[in-house]
Amino acid sequence: MDEIFDRVKALIVDHLDVEQEKVTMEASFKDDLEADSLDVVELIMELEDEFDMEIADEEAEKLSTVGDAVDYINSVQ
Amino acid sequence: MILQGKNALVTGASRGIGRAIAIELARQGANVAVNYAGSEARAEAVVQEIEQMGLKSFKVQADVANESDVKEMVKAVTSKFGSLDILVNNAGVTKDNLLMRMKEAEFDQVINTNLKGVFVCTKAVTRQMMKQKSGKIINVASVVGVTGNPGQANYAAAKAGVIGLTKTTAKELASRNIYVNAVAPGFISTDMTDQLTEEQRAGMLAMIPLAKLGTPQEVANVVRFLASDDASYITGQTIHIDGGMVM
Repeated sequence: MDEIFDRVKALIVDHLDVEQEKVTMEASFKDDLEADSLDVVELIMELEDEFDMEIADEEAEKLSTVGDAVDYINSVQ
Repeated sequence: MILQGKNALVTGASRGIGRAIAIELARQGANVAVNYAGSEARAEAVVQEIEQMGLKSFKVQADVANESDVKEMVKAVTSKFGSLDILVNNAGVTKDNLLMRMKEAEFDQVINTNLKGVFVCTKAVTRQMMKQKSGKIINVASVVGVTGNPGQANYAAAKAGVIGLTKTTAKELASRNIYVNAVAPGFISTDMTDQLTEEQRAGMLAMIPLAKLGTPQEVANVVRFLASDDASYITGQTIHIDGGMVM
């Protein structure tokens, strides 16, 4: 779980250009990390590559916080 | 050679305007994947013509409105070429009939290939282009999408839809350095226009200030420009190639 969080966090810091401390499990992509909807789509694409998985559009739409993404990746890995 | 090192996919490239576009992009140095629906032999001829210029090319059969076909096609292009820089959405069909006589299937088929096909192909390449942070998408619309045309309710609606889709996609993807434009050919000499009656032909010529038909090459010339970095401040536009028919 922690390992997944760290990898997700690194991706977010890099992609959204935000400070490490802001990336918590509770952080919302749009509200706390200032991602626009296209940023979120791109981030999901990068998560798919990083974890070598496919996230269906219906699932992707439900991922609004960092924790949602970590939990989802954890549940399918 | 303004497209040296670029990799392109042209849909409906076995004949007509699509064929001219595929060959013109290659002439400017691009490797070109030749999509076709049914005319395999003609697609192969286009591939050979491009290979003779010393560039990479291959043919790929796919129904542009079928998402899984298209995903496979895009995967084939990126695995063979390594990237995908230019998408030309050209594939199109006509099923002309007066509105009162037009069957639902005739309407659906034209909307599917000519409009939904553009959506499906655009969506499929966007992932790759977003990763590259660059891309050029050129949609082949038509002047009838702007003016309407008796007997072409389905075709005109689809082409008007393509223009709206072009503008929306341009706005959504501009921040990722992806350019989306359309060309709107008027009366171009192809198999499609050969089906018109003499009377229809004469009627259309009377509306064209340049008083002649266009050629597929004249459309390809504009697509080549839009696919190049020469068009680096142009997105969301529809360029008419119609001899002045619609102003």
